[in-house]
Amino acid sequence: MGETLNIFIKAAFIDNMILAYFLGMCSYLAVSKTVKTAVGLGLAVIFVLGITMPINWAINTYLLSDGAIIEGINLTFLRLILFIAVIASMVQLVEMIIEKVSPALYNSLGIFLPLITVNCAILGGSLFMVSREYGFTESVSFGLGSGVGWFLAIVAIASIREKLRTADVPPALRGLGIAFIITGLMGIAFMSLAGLNPSDFN
Amino acid sequence: MADTIVDSKKQGGLLGKEDMKLLKDPLHSNNPLTIQVLGICSALAVTGSVSKSLVMAVALIFVCAASSLIISLLRNSIPSSIRMIVQLLVIAGLVQIVEIVLGAFAYTAYVELSVFIGLIITNCIVMGRLEAFAMGNNPKQAFLDGIGNGLGYGWILVAMAVVRELFGKGTFMGWTILPTGPDGWYVANNLMVLPASSLFVIGIFIWIQRAVDPELVDKS
Repeated sequence: MGETLNIFIKAAFIDNMILAYFLGMCSYLAVSKTVKTAVGLGLAVIFVLGITMPINWAINTYLLSDGAIIEGINLTFLRLILFIAVIASMVQLVEMIIEKVSPALYNSLGIFLPLITVNCAILGGSLFMVSREYGFTESVSFGLGSGVGWFLAIVAIASIREKLRTADVPPALRGLGIAFIITGLMGIAFMSLAGLNPSDFN
Repeated sequence: MADTIVDSKKQGGLLGKEDMKLLKDPLHSNNPLTIQVLGICSALAVTGSVSKSLVMAVALIFVCAASSLIISLLRNSIPSSIRMIVQLLVIAGLVQIVEIVLGAFAYTAYVELSVFIGLIITNCIVMGRLEAFAMGNNPKQAFLDGIGNGLGYGWILVAMAVVRELFGKGTFMGWTILPTGPDGWYVANNLMVLPASSLFVIGIFIWIQRAVDPELVDKS
């Protein structure tokens, strides 16, 4: 239990997908113009990450690794294609759910909902999970933790950008330029947490 | 058939004016990184050294051009409901090939880039250009558009890497330019070694680009 909680806290706050690894930047910058859309997209990402991580773990362990199906057959070269296929189907599922539950959110997210499929954070999270050789519960907690971290980061930058609209930014920096610099400052601030191991506090 | 022959004679050679536009626009006025805001993730992560950026840029030019060509050739036979899945499968297949080739011929680069080779699949530039251009244009133009966007991404990537590696380690592709260490005079700027610095570098590039060309300023 302790180790699972540690992974969650690490993934959400210390190894934050956006502020430490800078994965998922495209939709992060594009959807963070208002807090409402940011919250909607963040919740969708938590859901997708939480579900695809264990599914990808199962596929990796039971289908792809050395000798998983039959002795001597190693299908790891299919990993990227299968992971992406799982992510694409999950995103399609999330899209259908959001369309039923909240049509307003569905309309305001527009193209960025299907673009979660190509959000680097989702595939990157799965690849991290493979390289760190997590088990089942660990991959669930890693998935949820990364999702929560991504959600916090995008809501934070959205709130800052909403306030920036009334600030006096040089014309050439307006919009994208200042968003990058602010994200850089947030990234540097986040580095003060790097290397912290939650298990040291148990 | 006769029309095509007349056209290329008018354009004078292999690449006509429109085709050159496809190659030149992504270098500045429609740059995938600084204007279209695509492909940011990898640009931030691999620009720590010039050699990594060069490998990444070449890989992306290949994937973007090849996938644009393939999808453009298939564009009339893909049903609209599954087009994203078909595009993803084509891209994933090409990236898997790149990964295997790099693992065989450029092992150091392969190890250094690790996760980010796989992440070319999710690189918004590839998907973005497939959706925006390759799905609606002929194979030759789609191929050129893929190359153009790859070059636009690649040149900014290498420029960022030059700045970061020069000021962060004092080297360029491994050769020492600004001597650090006990006998050198240059104190390495450790901020440039951090991934966060690439955000500042790209912010400054955007600033310079929009100051030089006021047309590109965000008017909203």
